[in-house]
Amino acid sequence: MNATVDDNDAGVRNAAFVDVRGVSKWFGDLQVLNRVDVDVSEHNVVCLIGASGSGKSTLLRCLNMLEQVQEGEIIVDGQLLTHGKVDVNAVRKKIGIVFQAYNLFPHMTVLENVTLAPRKARGIDRQEAESRARLLLRRIGLEAKADEFPDRLSGGQQQRVAIVRALAMEPKLMLLDEITSALDPQLVSEVLQLVRELAESGMTMIVATHEMGFAREVADKVCFLDAGRILEEGPPEQILSEPREPRTREFLSRVLEAEKLA
Amino acid sequence: MHALQQVLHAFFNLHSFTLALPDVWAGFQVNLKMMVIAEALVLVFALALAIVRGLPGPTAKPLRVLAIAYTDFFRGTPIIIVAFFVGFGLPGLQLGFISNLSFVTYGVITLTLVYTAYVTEVYRAGIESVHASQRAAARSLGLSYWQAMRYIVIPQAVRRVIPPLLNDFIGLQKDTSIVYVIGVTEAASLAQQFSTTNGDFPSYLVAATFFILITIPLARFTDHLVAVRERRERAQAF
Repeated sequence: MNATVDDNDAGVRNAAFVDVRGVSKWFGDLQVLNRVDVDVSEHNVVCLIGASGSGKSTLLRCLNMLEQVQEGEIIVDGQLLTHGKVDVNAVRKKIGIVFQAYNLFPHMTVLENVTLAPRKARGIDRQEAESRARLLLRRIGLEAKADEFPDRLSGGQQQRVAIVRALAMEPKLMLLDEITSALDPQLVSEVLQLVRELAESGMTMIVATHEMGFAREVADKVCFLDAGRILEEGPPEQILSEPREPRTREFLSRVLEAEKLA
Repeated sequence: MHALQQVLHAFFNLHSFTLALPDVWAGFQVNLKMMVIAEALVLVFALALAIVRGLPGPTAKPLRVLAIAYTDFFRGTPIIIVAFFVGFGLPGLQLGFISNLSFVTYGVITLTLVYTAYVTEVYRAGIESVHASQRAAARSLGLSYWQAMRYIVIPQAVRRVIPPLLNDFIGLQKDTSIVYVIGVTEAASLAQQFSTTNGDFPSYLVAATFFILITIPLARFTDHLVAVRERRERAQAF
């Protein structure tokens, strides 16, 4: 058996850009992912929904190799990530991830946050990196904040900078891990708008989210995770309006309840 | 009343104080030299050691163990004993140039060995205080372990530990006088000589004054940094 999968091989097996097969993961005795299968075609958006602790974040972190899986395999862009020698840094250069807590670098300006990885990980010279970064910042209307430090920005602005920081590496896949969950309600829409634009531009994305309306709007497919398993998946209209599984219905009604209260 | 006068005369005789000044000042310049060199070396070595202690993975284990053994030994041993090891032990070994260094150099080696152990712990606390999510964010962008350390973790860690680090340097500055036990001619030893010759003690006061004069600004500067940081953190909380 070959530990690596060449392009040809992957092409025969599956045309999906992201292919997660039978992935399981444990933290100690606790199983956080249970035989998870997901595939994502290029230029598609897949939304992961489910309660906190259902495994959405862990799955995204495994895709970015921030966590290791113990069983199963993950293939991204024809490359097997889960076995043998993998150049972690090379993989991460084409997979961007944005976290719930933004995680901007507080000791660097916005511009430095955005240009660091292109300069140091991709070897782009400073001038080039900065002009590209300014272009991206202009796109999100934050060019004027380029020389500010993150603590001078609102949460929504910080999260948009975090997205741009990931985009600056020109990734082929973006992973968004509940990126609006830490934001005040009035700041959510500016972040979602940016994600919407990304989806329209054809970016392949896997999005863990609690925003059901957003999932319905941008997702090509919605996966409902429950206790580490994908209980149900399908087009957003079906999953969100006519879920087959009682657990999914229960989850959705609780979310709707919460939204009404908010 | 007589006793008080005696004390005043023995310790605070202005005439004797003035006489002792040039001698003790000459000695204090040696202290200053040792401070500056030792502090510079400690800053570099301690950071290296702290990084080694934080290296991940089983292959780095021997290195981590060595680093821990180092800090355990030099933090646990009284500095005067380290001074004896270095100042008397190394010359006794007859190991070429290592055994033929000046007293001042042995003094600097002693201070560097001991304070590297303290400051390693300070750096290590700083490195550990940088939240794991910062490292994850850096690595997720494709930066290597070392790039994440170099650009993200260490700059934030160093900023946070500057106050405790300066505190350790105040200790180091005072301890430059301890190495007089291995024969370094510095402020304390010259003050003692002067005192023996003159039969009074204002020379000690001279030496103490010099040390205090350089410690106070450093202590106030440290306070200032702490205050600035607290103010900033409070501002961020809102």
